[in-house]
Amino acid sequence: MSDQRPPAPPPSPPLSKAKRQTNRRRFIRTALLTGGVLGAALSGFLPQIYALKKRLRPPGALDERDFLASCIKCGQCVQVCPVQAIKLADLVDGMGVGVPYIEAREQACDFSCDAVQCILACPTGSLTYIKPDFLPVRAGAALAAKPILLAKEKDAEPTLNLKERIGVARLTRPEACLAVQGKGFKGQSRGADFQGRMRHMAVDRWKPIKVADHPYDVAECDLCARECPVKGAISIETVFAPDGRKRKSPVVHEPCVGCGVCEMICPVEPTCITIEAREVWKA
Amino acid sequence: MFGWEPGKPTQISDAAKQVHELKRLTNKQDLLAVKAHMRAHEVKSTKWRNRRWATLIFANLLFVLSYWLDIQVLEGSLTASRFVGFHLIDLNSALQVMLAHKHIITNLLIGTGTVLLLWILFGGRTFCSWICPYHLVAEWAEKIHLKLAEKRLVSDQSIDRRLRTVFWILFALLALATGYTVFEAISPTGILSRALIYGPGLALLWVLALLVFEIFFSRRAWCRYACPIGLTYGVVGILSPLRVRYTLEGCFHEGDCRKVCLVPHVLDTVIKGRAVAPQVPIGPDCTRCGLCVDACPTGSLKFEVKGLSKLL
Repeated sequence: MSDQRPPAPPPSPPLSKAKRQTNRRRFIRTALLTGGVLGAALSGFLPQIYALKKRLRPPGALDERDFLASCIKCGQCVQVCPVQAIKLADLVDGMGVGVPYIEAREQACDFSCDAVQCILACPTGSLTYIKPDFLPVRAGAALAAKPILLAKEKDAEPTLNLKERIGVARLTRPEACLAVQGKGFKGQSRGADFQGRMRHMAVDRWKPIKVADHPYDVAECDLCARECPVKGAISIETVFAPDGRKRKSPVVHEPCVGCGVCEMICPVEPTCITIEAREVWKA
Repeated sequence: MFGWEPGKPTQISDAAKQVHELKRLTNKQDLLAVKAHMRAHEVKSTKWRNRRWATLIFANLLFVLSYWLDIQVLEGSLTASRFVGFHLIDLNSALQVMLAHKHIITNLLIGTGTVLLLWILFGGRTFCSWICPYHLVAEWAEKIHLKLAEKRLVSDQSIDRRLRTVFWILFALLALATGYTVFEAISPTGILSRALIYGPGLALLWVLALLVFEIFFSRRAWCRYACPIGLTYGVVGILSPLRVRYTLEGCFHEGDCRKVCLVPHVLDTVIKGRAVAPQVPIGPDCTRCGLCVDACPTGSLKFEVKGLSKLL
């Protein structure tokens, strides 16, 4: 029986010198390409390490790490935003290539869409009304109540379905604030060239217009409080200066969701009030 | 598909052996005469290439117009989108997100399912040559590379094709370990798609670097040796009924098809004496681009839908 066994395959002939050289060169090239592509991919971490900039994310965004992990970078949130507040990050933003952010000073989210359309458009749950159970809510990030959108205060459902804020507004330069100085404001809040748009309830309930097309004339500047789209998020209060003198000043309250309208509308250059992205409420 | 060099087949069916044998026996002069005749009457066809380019451009234009004209037909970009309301999510992007985030929501699952079904029907890597915008520019870059190579100004530095599988695993592991979709930062498909729809950015420099590398150093390096998207869709293509079929009889083995093929190793079966059966379906790594169908002077390579060819 044993003679019926097929003969063992002949050993493959040794490779010629030229062939071995070719193989070796190819191996080196392969290694180099591996290094190149991986290097390029991992270079995306550099800005993470240096923590270049805290970006303001669209409403309903998960915490930064989870947000970057879950965002599929499709830009559907960009497409539905009526004021085009959402931009996509570029190469210099590292891991965030293609990830959405909001540059509030240029164009804030003013909830012109009424329903936080970007959350509805997101296919992966990066932007969400309801966080999955395993993701913790940072202390102070949760809103005490669903924020009431002034534009639909009289509707059956007046709230934005948001449960967490994306940041908090902060009066960063009180000395320059017109309200603190007791000054009024007249004219276009950001100048005639400003391209940002916003829904002014007094002008049109449904259509955002250019901020430049809606000039102001107020005896005491209260633009940040006047244009804030969320009920009770900011007001002009009488405060006492260190020397005991009475002064007016914008005061941010707990309902602030961090949309950025106050930062966009502030007529002082640079802005007196800014959104601290990912900041939480501290009483 | 995973990068191993196709070897010479050891098992060849009796029917195929017969055809191989017949070809050897046929009077060589007869064969040459027929070949010369065919050559003289050969019509250069670009039918499938034109159809493919038109489809690719139309699909990407649909993305762009949906946003710019707000017609809302195909919203989003190639990584994830909605076609008249149906979620479509790129398999590889979805995979990266699932690995990085370790949480799956219903919409993500639905979109991934839709796309999986779509590309099972249309043949997996059909995505590459019929939809992917990087494929089109890489195709043009490859033409430049070939022109330069003809003038001996550049040469193709081949790289081990197994690298693509290694990258696939590496990027999956990286997403899992770091919690970031590392691959998406450098995916030229995503970058180009977003650049077309949402406007250009600096990220295009990376795409440009890839193209320069492909033109001057290594022919179509990204698609062949790196892209995990291609491999993912390749695996999907295993199940696909749509493919190119090779008929041994009538083939003169001139190798025109292998010259135009974008993934030449899939056409190894057309080399003289290699075909294992009278009819061989081309493997799943094939992008179904149809260039070989256009190039074949004898009609030995044809598109077929498995199971339907008998009905048609």
